[in-house]
Amino acid sequence: MIPIFDYIILIFMVIAAIISLKVKDLLSASMVFGIYSFLICLLWAEMGAVDVAFTEAAVGAGVSAVFLIATVYNTKRRSSD
Amino acid sequence: MKEFFETSIEPHFNYWVYVILMMIGLWAVIAKNNLIKKLIGMSIFQTAIILFYVSVGVKKGSGIPIIPKAKEAAAGAGEHGAAGAVNPDLFANPLPHVLMLTAIVVGVSTLGVALAVAQQLFKDFGTLEEDEILEQIKTADKASPDG
Amino acid sequence: MKWFALIAVVITGSLLIYGVSDFPDWGDAQSPANAGAKSSTGEPIGESVSQFYITETGRLTHVPNLVTAVLADYRGYDTMFETVVIFAAGMAIFAILRVLREDKHTLGPPAKDTTADGDHGRIIVGTTCKILIPVIQLFSLYVVAHGHYSPGGGFQGGVMLGASFILLAVAKDLGSALTWFTEKRFMTLACVGILIYAGFGLMAQFLQRHFLDYGVLHVILPKTDEVMARSHSMLGVEIGVAFTVTAIMFAIYANLSSRGELKRGL
Repeated sequence: MIPIFDYIILIFMVIAAIISLKVKDLLSASMVFGIYSFLICLLWAEMGAVDVAFTEAAVGAGVSAVFLIATVYNTKRRSSD
Repeated sequence: MKEFFETSIEPHFNYWVYVILMMIGLWAVIAKNNLIKKLIGMSIFQTAIILFYVSVGVKKGSGIPIIPKAKEAAAGAGEHGAAGAVNPDLFANPLPHVLMLTAIVVGVSTLGVALAVAQQLFKDFGTLEEDEILEQIKTADKASPDG
Repeated sequence: MKWFALIAVVITGSLLIYGVSDFPDWGDAQSPANAGAKSSTGEPIGESVSQFYITETGRLTHVPNLVTAVLADYRGYDTMFETVVIFAAGMAIFAILRVLREDKHTLGPPAKDTTADGDHGRIIVGTTCKILIPVIQLFSLYVVAHGHYSPGGGFQGGVMLGASFILLAVAKDLGSALTWFTEKRFMTLACVGILIYAGFGLMAQFLQRHFLDYGVLHVILPKTDEVMARSHSMLGVEIGVAFTVTAIMFAIYANLSSRGELKRGL
């Protein structure tokens, strides 16, 4: 519960979310989504939810990014928007 | 300035950011054309809701929900009455954490199902853009009006 | 479509921000969710279940990590069916993607290593993974077994154990991960996990208590009383969850990366 730390992470999260939706290369979008997951995991650790942060670090940043990359590899890498 | 910040912005700033994240996710799900982008938007929407739940259980000045020396604390409670030993204000509320922990893992497996459907669509239509898929369905309908 | 989306999103967002202004302050320890509902004069009119969890878990189960205790014991029914949802997701992916018929024309010729440096990159990656994967697997087993005392438990440990097999599949190829962890084995493991969880519940029922009421298992488990039986049963239940999550995470990756053919992968 350190307010400044909290605000910086929240603002970075909004920026990461917008970038991952704006970038046209889907591989980059998946990687930026991984960064978003790590930021959210940091926020949860800061709020005292250690179990949730652990789960997000393993699931959101690790496995779901791998799933997205596997799908992008098997389909198309460019996106129109 | 500092007083204004503490009384009107600080108590609700976190909730505002979650609403903004939720809006970004919802906008992506409705307006984005690429299906993978839609799924990323769906995940952002989901994490915003999970953040909202977890922040409901936050207590200022509390620690993580792990009681050190649970046995000794329990023995102390036995001596001084039922609720003597563990002060609930010192530990974060564990209930939202439990609900959201399972939601994250279920969320990733449903993301997997959605990605599998997207791959199957790519196999059938050769593209992941929503408007191109709709176009192909329309032309196929025109070619065979009986359906 | 974009303008419609923007208008819908702005309306939803402004309604939500208006609703949020009535919320208790962020981090308020006396808010209804944390301390129970209060009447307008400040009299408590209902007890908060989370306060019960915090004060009584240590006495009733001797488990320090409240999250594990609530997850595996108080809300065990919920967690069991979350595990079933994960299992069902794995089955759905199997139904959507898996190609069981041998069809030679879908993938084309197998990829050859045409990079300029040949095998050199793979030596570094392969050696690193050979050292790293056992450490990851050991740590994930520690996370499962130590979930009572520190952050962790079945879901986290299971995902990490699955991720170690995914790392092997990414670093070498899917086939070398599938030589030991074959499809038959991981599908069996997923079923066994849920059966372990449900078995603990049914055992309590055979001993004439409610489903998933672990306290009565002290009759079977050696050298335990009612309190420690709950603690040990939580460990068993977490192991069941870890089995299912490990198997399903690897199954999802294997099907997604090879378009359901389980052959080459990334």
